[in-house]
Amino acid sequence: MSDSSRVRSGSTLEIRDLHVAVEDKEILRGVNLTVRSGETHAIMGPNGSGKSTLAYAIAGHPKYTVTGGQVLLDGVDLLELSVDARARAGLFLAMQYPVEVPGVSVSNFLRSAVTSVRGEAPKLREFAKDLKAGMDALSIDAAFAQRNLNEGFSGGEKKRHEILQLELLKPKIAVLDETDSGLDVDALRVVSEGINRFRASGETGVLLITHYTRILRYVKPDFVHVFAAGRIVEQGGPELADKLEAEGYEAYTKASV
Amino acid sequence: MGLETKPLSTLHEKVSYNVEDFPVPTGREEEWRFTPLSRLKGLHDGAAAAGGVLVHVDAAPEVTVETVGRDDPRLGKAYVPADRVSAQAFAVFEKATVLTVAREAVASKPTVITLTGSGAGAAYGHILVKLEPMAEAVFVLDHQGSAVYADNVEFVVGEGATLKVISLQDWADDAVHVSHHHALLGKDATFRSFVVTLGGDLVRLSPSVSYSGPGGDADLTGLYFVDAGQHMEHRLLVDHSQPNCKSNVTYKGALQGEDAHAVWIGDVIIRVEAEGTDTYELNRNLLLTDGARADSVPNLEILTGEVAGAGHASASGRLDDEHIFYLQARGIPFDDARRLVIRGFFAQLLEKIELPELRERVLGKVEAELEK
Repeated sequence: MSDSSRVRSGSTLEIRDLHVAVEDKEILRGVNLTVRSGETHAIMGPNGSGKSTLAYAIAGHPKYTVTGGQVLLDGVDLLELSVDARARAGLFLAMQYPVEVPGVSVSNFLRSAVTSVRGEAPKLREFAKDLKAGMDALSIDAAFAQRNLNEGFSGGEKKRHEILQLELLKPKIAVLDETDSGLDVDALRVVSEGINRFRASGETGVLLITHYTRILRYVKPDFVHVFAAGRIVEQGGPELADKLEAEGYEAYTKASV
Repeated sequence: MGLETKPLSTLHEKVSYNVEDFPVPTGREEEWRFTPLSRLKGLHDGAAAAGGVLVHVDAAPEVTVETVGRDDPRLGKAYVPADRVSAQAFAVFEKATVLTVAREAVASKPTVITLTGSGAGAAYGHILVKLEPMAEAVFVLDHQGSAVYADNVEFVVGEGATLKVISLQDWADDAVHVSHHHALLGKDATFRSFVVTLGGDLVRLSPSVSYSGPGGDADLTGLYFVDAGQHMEHRLLVDHSQPNCKSNVTYKGALQGEDAHAVWIGDVIIRVEAEGTDTYELNRNLLLTDGARADSVPNLEILTGEVAGAGHASASGRLDDEHIFYLQARGIPFDDARRLVIRGFFAQLLEKIELPELRERVLGKVEAELEK
C-alpha cells in the first residue's frame, strides 16, 4: 500500500479521569482507560451507560462538554485540539449513525479527508487504486464513489463506508461506536474483516464500543471493559465478554443506580 | 390563512400598460411589503434620473437580432405589466431588442445578451425572445456594471419549441434592478430558466410563466448568494390555465452578513381548466451568519380537483452542525468542511447549467463569496 514506508512507533491513547456533561447533566463520571497500538479494547455496557458519549467526547462533538480530565494521544491532549486537528493527530471515530451530506460525493469527500490527514494530496492514480481496492475488499459497489455521502445508503452500506474510511485514513487509534449495530451476519463479517485488516499491522489501537457480544466473535478483543452509569465498573480479558453473554448487564445496572 | 387573505388568483388580476393604473407603492401592498422602496432610487415613483444600460448581443447565426422602437407591434403581446415599475419600464423604454429563432431552426451556440450599466441614473429596457414552432435555442442574459435598471423580458416559446435561458445578475455593488421575465409557452413547448443573482444592492426579479396550449413544460431554477446589506428578491408566478402542463420551481440561496436579505415568493395557480397539471416548487435558504434574513412564501391555489401533482416546500436554516462535525472528524479543517457542504447545497443546481464556462464562472463567484 502507499504508505508502507511510513515507520510508526507505537501509539498510546490515555483517557484520564474524564468527566463529560450534556446540557449540564453529567454523563461520564471519571473514565480511565489506556489503549496502546496492537491492542483491541471492547467497551460493553447497557444502553444509556455513556458508551457513545465517551466516543463523541473524545472526537470533540460540540454537544458534549468536557468538565474534567484529559485525553492524551502520545502525550498530546486531544481536548485542546479542534475536531479536525484530533483526526489529523491520528484519531478516528467510526460513527454509529453517519450523517447524510447532500451534494458532496463520496470520492470528493474521501479525497479531501485523505489529503487533510496525510498533509498532501494523494496522487490521483494511487488514490483511485487504493479506493478501488478498499471498496472491493468491503464489497462496496464502484458506483458508490459518485453518490452523495451516505445519502440513501442502507444501514449496512453506511457502516461499510465507515470502515472504508478507516482503512484509507489509517489512524493511530480507532474508536468504533457500535459499528455492529443494525448489521446482518454477512455485513457484520465483511465489516469485521475490514477491522481485522486494519489492526493486522499491529501499529494501531482499537476501542470497540458495542452493546452485543456478537461482533467479538469476529474481532477478538484483548481487553473487555464493562461500562455502567458513566464509568468503567469491571475489566477483564475476553472471558468477561462470555460472562456478559451468559448473564447480561443486569448485575451492573442494578449496582450502579 | 386569515380572513383578510385574498385568493392568490385575484392578486395577479390587474394588468395594464398604463403607469397611472398603478398607484405609487407605499410598502404596505402585498407585492411590495418586502421591498425596501427607499433603495429603489426612484424606479417606483418616476423620480429616477436618466442613465444608461448598454445592450450587446452576441448571437448564434440562426438567431435574428433587431433593435426596434416602441411602436413595434410585437412588443407587449405575451406580457402585460402587472405592477408600477413594470408599467413604468414599458411606458418609457426607448429601444427594444427582439431576438427571433425561425421555425424549426436549432441555434448552434448560445446567444449572449450582455447588459452593462454605465453608472448613475435610471434606465428602462425591453427584450423580446421569440422562438417559432419547433425551434431550439439557448440564451444568456448577463447583467453587469452599475445601474438603476427596470425592464421587461418576454419569452415567447412556440409550439414544440425549446428555450433555455440563463439570467445572471452579476451587477456591481450599488446596482438596483427590477425586472420581469415572462414566458408564454405554446402547446408542448419546453422552457428552462436558470436565474443566478449574486451582485447588486437591490435586485427584484419576477419570473412568471403562462401557457397558451396544453403540454407545456417549465422548469425554473434559481441560485442566489446574498451578502451583508444586499436585498435579493425573487417573485415566481406560474399560472396554469391549460390542461396537462408541468412546472417545477427550485430556488436555493445562501446568505451571509448583517442585513443580508433574501425574499422568495412562489405563487402557483392551477385554474379550473388546468386539469392534469403537475407542479412542484421548492425554496431553500442557508443562513450562514447571524443578522441575515430570509423570507420564503410559497403559495399554491388549486381551483380544479383533477391535478396530476401539486406540492411545495420551503425551508430556511443554518449549516447543519452534524455535517460539519462529520467532515471535521475526518481531518477536514472547518473552513474546507464548510465550503464542501455549501458547494454540496448548490451542487445539484449547478449541474443544471449546461454551459461549462458559465457553470465554472458561477461556481467561481460562489467560491469567492465564501472567501469573504
